[in-house]
Amino acid sequence: MGLDFTVIPKYLDVVLLGCLWTIAITVAAALVSFFGGILLAVVALYAPAVIRLPFRAFEFVFMGTPLLLQLFLIYFGLVQIGIDLPAFVAGVIGLGLHFAVYNSELIQTAIISVDRGQMEAARTLGLSRTQALRKVVVPQAVRAVIPPIGNNMIALLKDSALVSVIGVSELTLSAQRAIGATYRPFEFYLLAAAFYYVINLAMEWVQRRIERRIAISR
Amino acid sequence: MTESTDFVQIRHAQKSFGTLEVLKDISLNVARGQIVAIIGPSGSGKSTLLRAINDLDALTGGEVWLDGVQVNKQLPHRQYEKHINEMRQQIGMVFQHFNLFPHMTARENVTMAPKMLKGLSAEEADALAKEQLDKVGMLERIDYYPSQLSGGQKQRVAIARALAMNPKLMLFDEATSALDPELVSEVNQVMKKLAEEHMTMIIVTHEMDFAASVCDRVLFMDQGVVVEEGPPEQVFGNPQKARTRAFLRKELDNPE
Ligand SMILES: Nc1ncnc2c1ncn2[C@@H]1O[C@H](COP(=O)(O)OP(=O)(O)OP(=O)(O)O)[C@@H](O)[C@H]1O
Ligand SMILES: [Mg+2]
Repeated sequence: MGLDFTVIPKYLDVVLLGCLWTIAITVAAALVSFFGGILLAVVALYAPAVIRLPFRAFEFVFMGTPLLLQLFLIYFGLVQIGIDLPAFVAGVIGLGLHFAVYNSELIQTAIISVDRGQMEAARTLGLSRTQALRKVVVPQAVRAVIPPIGNNMIALLKDSALVSVIGVSELTLSAQRAIGATYRPFEFYLLAAAFYYVINLAMEWVQRRIERRIAISR
Repeated sequence: MTESTDFVQIRHAQKSFGTLEVLKDISLNVARGQIVAIIGPSGSGKSTLLRAINDLDALTGGEVWLDGVQVNKQLPHRQYEKHINEMRQQIGMVFQHFNLFPHMTARENVTMAPKMLKGLSAEEADALAKEQLDKVGMLERIDYYPSQLSGGQKQRVAIARALAMNPKLMLFDEATSALDPELVSEVNQVMKKLAEEHMTMIIVTHEMDFAASVCDRVLFMDQGVVVEEGPPEQVFGNPQKARTRAFLRKELDNPE
């Protein structure tokens, strides 16, 4: 029995819907990881120890354990203490926080690398340190690490397949469902791979546009 | 306290970085509208003195007063932060390396602080940006980013940014030292214009000609002390101290 791609059209809508879920979860988790990354970076660098140390412990968990385990923990574990999250939300939080920790590392380094004169110029105008960080230092730091953050976001897209294990009908799980009905794994996994690739290309395109846009303001 | 010669007062300023004593008991009074140049060899403490005035470098001893208010007042941390932020709004500073905010246009560089700290409306901010950038001859470049400007243009925007807070005092730390020679005069022109408007200024500079032509008084610093001070004609024309003469001779031989 060779390949038979004629089975695809019948299940295309299932897979396309999965594709949309993958895009939704990726975009939502990317936003969480971006703003969460900024927050974590600022806390790590500037917050007093009482705030910093709990965050540090949290980061340890998110860097040192498998994402899969984190997803189980958030989706199945939190129910036991009365927090019953929908699978999609649990997936966004898990993926988002996981990559927020990676983004935070990048942003911290970038904040430290912003020229000292920038903070001084802002303080000289009368801004408080917090105001200067928000308006002057952090925006520059973030611009400097847009390319590596973009790479993290593409890793996030690929890892979004993991949320299938908590039952989010994203691209991988949809392909599996189509396979369950047709016994055609090769065709549908290839189809899913093609969709991932297209989303990947779209993300790279967006990233390049952003980079071009900010090139002048660096 | 606002009697004219007391407008800016530095009283017995002392500053050490660890064991290195950089300022050794410096006192200086500047009257309202007066323009003082600080000259001296590299490492003599000129920048440190200037940066002590707005507390970018905190003094280890002595006091700084502006218009009857002590800048480096002893206050609990939170109160001090509030106080110093208010004081700094009244003290403009211009840096050797401009320190423009690269992610903001000229307009945004000028209006960011006034909008944030003085609650200017969008229209007021727009008018302010145009007024200040026009003053430094940068109105046509109002929507340019720093990366699109020459060094001299950047420094003029930086001056506009400082002026936009309507400061009582302007501090210049070698504002033209990082510029290509052909760009120096456009910045000097702007500073001259401020002088004509009777802005009180303290100017650290390596440009003796400029100091001589614009300033009311010249201070020669060496190794953390004021060696000699007086009107430019005297300090440049008839220096009393051997160290001043040696310094001036070197400056004239190889001006930076
Ligand atoms: N943050 C600092 N930590 C330690 N030492 C410092 C610091 N800032 C300045 N110094 C030292 O203090 C001395 C005076 O420095 P300052 O920058 O005030 O000199 P300057 O007169 O402005 O010199 P230049 O003409 O080169 O700008 C120098 O020996 C310098 O190395
Ligand atoms: Mg200096």
